[in-house]
Amino acid sequence: MFIIGIFVFVTREGLGFITSRLSLAEFFGSTAWRPTSNAHPSYGALALIVGTASVTGLAMLVSVPFSLGAALYISEFSRGRVAEILKILVELLAAIPSVVWGFIGLSVTNPLIIRVFDVPVGLCVLNAGVILGLMAAPIMTTLAEDALKAVPDAYREAAEALGATRWQIATRVVLPAAKNGLVAAVLLGVGRGFGETMAVLMASGHAINLPTSPFDSVRALTATIAAELGETAVGSEHYRALFTLGILLFVVTFGINLAADVMVRGVRRKA
Amino acid sequence: MFEATQLNERNRRMQSLVRLLLLVMTVLLILPVLAILAIMVVKGGPAITLDFLLTEPTNGMTAGGILPALVGTVWLVSVALLASVPVGVAAAVYLSEYAPDNWLTRSINLAIINLAGVPSIVHALFGLGAFVLFFKFGTSILAASFTLAIMTLPVVIVSTRESLQAVPRAFREACWNMGATRWQTTRHVVLPNSISGILTGVILEVSRTAGETAPIMFTGAAFFLPFLPQSVFDQTMALSLHLFVISTQVPGVPEGMPYGVALVLVVLVLTMNAASIAFRMSLRRRKKW
Repeated sequence: MFIIGIFVFVTREGLGFITSRLSLAEFFGSTAWRPTSNAHPSYGALALIVGTASVTGLAMLVSVPFSLGAALYISEFSRGRVAEILKILVELLAAIPSVVWGFIGLSVTNPLIIRVFDVPVGLCVLNAGVILGLMAAPIMTTLAEDALKAVPDAYREAAEALGATRWQIATRVVLPAAKNGLVAAVLLGVGRGFGETMAVLMASGHAINLPTSPFDSVRALTATIAAELGETAVGSEHYRALFTLGILLFVVTFGINLAADVMVRGVRRKA
Repeated sequence: MFEATQLNERNRRMQSLVRLLLLVMTVLLILPVLAILAIMVVKGGPAITLDFLLTEPTNGMTAGGILPALVGTVWLVSVALLASVPVGVAAAVYLSEYAPDNWLTRSINLAIINLAGVPSIVHALFGLGAFVLFFKFGTSILAASFTLAIMTLPVVIVSTRESLQAVPRAFREACWNMGATRWQTTRHVVLPNSISGILTGVILEVSRTAGETAPIMFTGAAFFLPFLPQSVFDQTMALSLHLFVISTQVPGVPEGMPYGVALVLVVLVLTMNAASIAFRMSLRRRKKW
């Protein structure tokens, strides 16, 4: 009910722009996002899309191995109290608000990157990617751990009876059996990174740019909406362009969530 | 009798190596965050005094306290709760106790899962389009809280449904056998047995709501408003937005201040979460079935 409502309202505001002003080639092909130019406002979202993609990609690079490793450790190699404590810690990490992460990106990792890599500005793809990775990791860990837990114990016992070590069980039995759930966990992590606003806004540098190295500043779709919506007149072309970005975000995250859901469902049917 | 072969030995070495590696990965995941929390406590701790919590920001937000933001967050969270908990619990009761297993129910479930994944900034656009403009609430606590409520609705629905479904089916069957209707069963048996689980979900929702920034930026939170809100139609400051504002928009803020605000926010959210987890654990221990 609500999801349809959300889609209707967001589309309603953006539709006028799509039909009247938008050329797909410009929207997806141009890097010139200059909505406030008086003479020739242009709305090329390519740089924003690439910005979001590069930050999310780096975040996944950082967080996927760590969260899968952590999930594997918690579910297969630790038990009892240790597992319980680790799980609670991870759950607490997932609760830190995104604006706090953004603040950390601004005031902790920013000077750190400047000092370590000797670059003039630390607000860049690397910074936002690491922050986003740290944010997404606890969620992915929790979901991946659930997926591993869903593998029936009988499988493990059968493998153990054949003399397999725990590591062999993990790689040959549990991981293949939990594959779909793990992919779903990663997908949901990607969705989360894609839609994250405040942290990316504060840590990415917010400069329209096609990044060529991890030390370039970029600007994300979400951050653009957050930064510009306050300054636009309701109903103006710029305002509608921002809603169009919202539609794009909505459609992409919806697709990712749907894919993850289908994955999980596949697991359930088999088990 | 049994002697370890070379293969056994190698497997065992491999096993302990991997175990160590995975442990290191887990620690690396947790360590930076703990370090960051430590930095926040060290740098923000001194800034937090009773004055900081109980006075208004002065001097262009470069001095003074955070009282309006603190009060504003409380307002936003409570109105959001008032709006989302009844709706969420009702929806969960329907889905778990009444709904037949057909395509409609399945698509509702799917919609709820997807609603949870919609980016917060899209919720902000929705809140602006629907509550602020269409229903003409203006930028107000009401509009911001409703936006937050819709955003956290999936949390309430999912956690409530889970705790309803944790009540064994036998309880319900016993009730039906005595001639109770579905509603009597729900009202007198299922709800009382799952109330603490529902509360856990609500606490979790509070912590989620308190930390959100993007959805309230355009729907009801103000950059700077040196007095307390009087009604739900006023704008208000909020802790999360205040942190964003003083760390990016205002020059000349003393370093300790944003750290202090961040610390207050994190402590608030983590306490709520810890409470919810502790609640859940004591629940599991107490469970009679």
